[in-house]
Amino acid sequence: MTAALVLIAVFTLATAAVALSLRNLIHSALLLIASWFGIAAFYLWAGAEFVAFAQVLVYVGAVSMVVLFAVLLTRRSRADTVIGPDSVARAISAVITGVAVFGVLGVAILKTSFGRLSPADVPPLPGGTGVSSVISAPTATVRDIGIQLMSTHAAALLIIGILLTVALLGAVVLAAQEGPESKHESP
Amino acid sequence: MLGTGLLQGLGVTAKNFVGSFHDPARLTTIEYPEVKTKLPEAYRNFPFLVTENATDPMGTLRCVACQICEKECPPQCIYIEKSKDKKPDAAGKPQLFPAIFAIDTSVCMSCQICVEVCPFDAIKMDQVYEIATTDRFSALLLNREQLAKSNVYYHEIHPTEAAEVDARLAAERKAAEAKAVAAAAAKAAAAAKLAAPVAPKPPAV
Amino acid sequence: MNLAVIPVAASVSEWSDSFLERLPLFARDWLTSWLPEPWRWLVNSLLSIAVILSVFGLLFAYVTLAERKILGRIQNRPGPNRTPIPFTKFRFFGLAQPFADGVKSLTKEDVVPRGADHLLHFLAPVVLLAFSILTFAVIPYGRHLVPVELNAGVLYFFAAGAATELAVFMAGWASRNKYSLLAAMRALAQLISYELPLLLAWVPVVLVAGSLSTTEIVAAQAGWQFDIIPHWYVLTPWGAAGFAIFMIAALAESNRSPFDLPEAESELIAGHLTEYSGFKYALFFMAEYFGMIALSGMAITLFLGGWHAPSPYLEFIPSYVWFMGKLSALLLGFIWIRATFPRLRMDQLTRFAWKFLVPLALINVGNAAFWSLSLHWSGPLQIFRWLISAFVVVGPFVLLGRKLSAGVAPRVYRYAV
Repeated sequence: MTAALVLIAVFTLATAAVALSLRNLIHSALLLIASWFGIAAFYLWAGAEFVAFAQVLVYVGAVSMVVLFAVLLTRRSRADTVIGPDSVARAISAVITGVAVFGVLGVAILKTSFGRLSPADVPPLPGGTGVSSVISAPTATVRDIGIQLMSTHAAALLIIGILLTVALLGAVVLAAQEGPESKHESP
Repeated sequence: MLGTGLLQGLGVTAKNFVGSFHDPARLTTIEYPEVKTKLPEAYRNFPFLVTENATDPMGTLRCVACQICEKECPPQCIYIEKSKDKKPDAAGKPQLFPAIFAIDTSVCMSCQICVEVCPFDAIKMDQVYEIATTDRFSALLLNREQLAKSNVYYHEIHPTEAAEVDARLAAERKAAEAKAVAAAAAKAAAAAKLAAPVAPKPPAV
Repeated sequence: MNLAVIPVAASVSEWSDSFLERLPLFARDWLTSWLPEPWRWLVNSLLSIAVILSVFGLLFAYVTLAERKILGRIQNRPGPNRTPIPFTKFRFFGLAQPFADGVKSLTKEDVVPRGADHLLHFLAPVVLLAFSILTFAVIPYGRHLVPVELNAGVLYFFAAGAATELAVFMAGWASRNKYSLLAAMRALAQLISYELPLLLAWVPVVLVAGSLSTTEIVAAQAGWQFDIIPHWYVLTPWGAAGFAIFMIAALAESNRSPFDLPEAESELIAGHLTEYSGFKYALFFMAEYFGMIALSGMAITLFLGGWHAPSPYLEFIPSYVWFMGKLSALLLGFIWIRATFPRLRMDQLTRFAWKFLVPLALINVGNAAFWSLSLHWSGPLQIFRWLISAFVVVGPFVLLGRKLSAGVAPRVYRYAV
């Protein structure tokens, strides 16, 4: 199924690249959201259903709202949502940073040893749909993920929960504090 | 407790829904044009001319072209031309009649003043409202033939009023007849008196 | 007597192989038998898509008519009853009205403001409708009638529903109308606020059923107690609370009265839909009704036992008929609620979601956890289990309800006499 992988990869990278190059900020944000859809499709291709749906639910459902609200609430006029090219120094440092991150990620991926499957490991597909030559990686059901989260990785889950609660409380405090600042003195 | 008002509201709407199938008070729509509302008796739209019978409408109009309504009409929407000759009316008396009687319904404001001032109960208010036309000018100018409707029709639309008018007219007619009979009797008596030979004068002494 | 709830494997029942149950499968097999083997899965999928679109498209059309007529009857008037079948004189109480509405919206001029973002303006209803229809894929409509059987079906459903919020923003932004944008922001605030109670409402169900798959959740609600009381989750205290929270949040998620601030005519004209006319407007409303139908279908799956009959003596009626019956009942409930309640203001809306529904939903999760832990209490302890669960539902409801309407005295109307 490399055709599917190539399609998904092209879609994700293309939308991300076009999102970087567009002038209109809102269009860039929407194309970024489309690239998140591409990542969700990739998760589905890899057999991680739960992560794919969680990706859509969290990123497209919530983070996209955050991005769009941030863009809208910080731009005073429609003209502000069009961004122009910046200085050359910024462009060069951006390229260097990008290459560095790519290098680190690439080395990390290549050095990790993923388990190799032998054809005997592949279970026959149920129902016999007639679509052949699908080598599926061992899929983790939601039950397995749940058990792992609650037993092996319970500490990480709790810490993340505490972090999110702190963030939420901080947001509430920040929002509540705006009251006294916005009072104007009457002459 | 939160929610009790909500449930009460749901009950009210359910009662309305169920009631709309068997209770006429809960489905008050009258589906025009298949069903028309019953108009109250005093409802009025534009005037019409009353005729005594329907077989000879132009000959039995009560109107005698006195032109009082034409003069009293506030927007001056009535146009009357008197006839040149006289015709006997319902009481037999020769009367003028309107050769032309036209009302411009695009101007008429249904104020009923023409009805109030008419001494002959010849013009009354009609109740027809489905008179829309596509011609803005000539179709809204109603002439004598279009305005004439029979007394029977008048009874149908304004029963008590028509009954009262008929009673009054009949009484007037009776009074007029009685007066005519009395006048004829008096005249006959006077004529008889005149025709009777004068009593011979007694010889002069 | 042990009253513990033991889930029974669902599809094994004397009626699961009956002719009526298998009728859709026979039809599908007959149609696909015309094609060679490698193409069958494609035609299978296309067939289920076609059936879903046509059935729910027709259902959408007739729900709009039913809504207008039922609203009319509640408001002491008959509702639309004049549209005849084309080229005939037969009116049949206005049953052809949806088709007249369809023709009207198709032939209306499509006006797009000159400064509007044409691509986004066009894409917004498309995206909305696409994701609304995608949510239909995981609902089990009958014993053998699930379009796609996913391991994480419930999560897929709500993920697709969350993506519809994007379309609301696109609609408001692309119109180039500051009032549309304001209204779109308010609509988004409403949608995000009510997503939390919506998601928290089904967490207890997944907890008790032990799976995210819709077919397994329906299977977990199989069986009857004393042959009369079904094992549906709505008949448990935490299930009733969860069902109520789910339905309220579903009302808000599909922008439906009394939460229809985004599309109310007296507020900001039509809100984020102001600059839409003709077919695009119709698509927005189709998406709203599809959302309503899909959320009702999911509520039936999660709480009302899916396609199960309420009693074993009624099992001769096929499962998809039961599903449609429950769906119709829920949709009529939506219409009834629309006719009864006045619209909620924006601040009342958000206060209701965050200060009332979210705490209740969180407490409900705890309640369901207690329920599933106390599964094997036996004998008289079962009564305690029910009482404790009911108390944990009713207590916070009353307390939070008092707090919600605190400081708001009952209105006293004084009329000039």
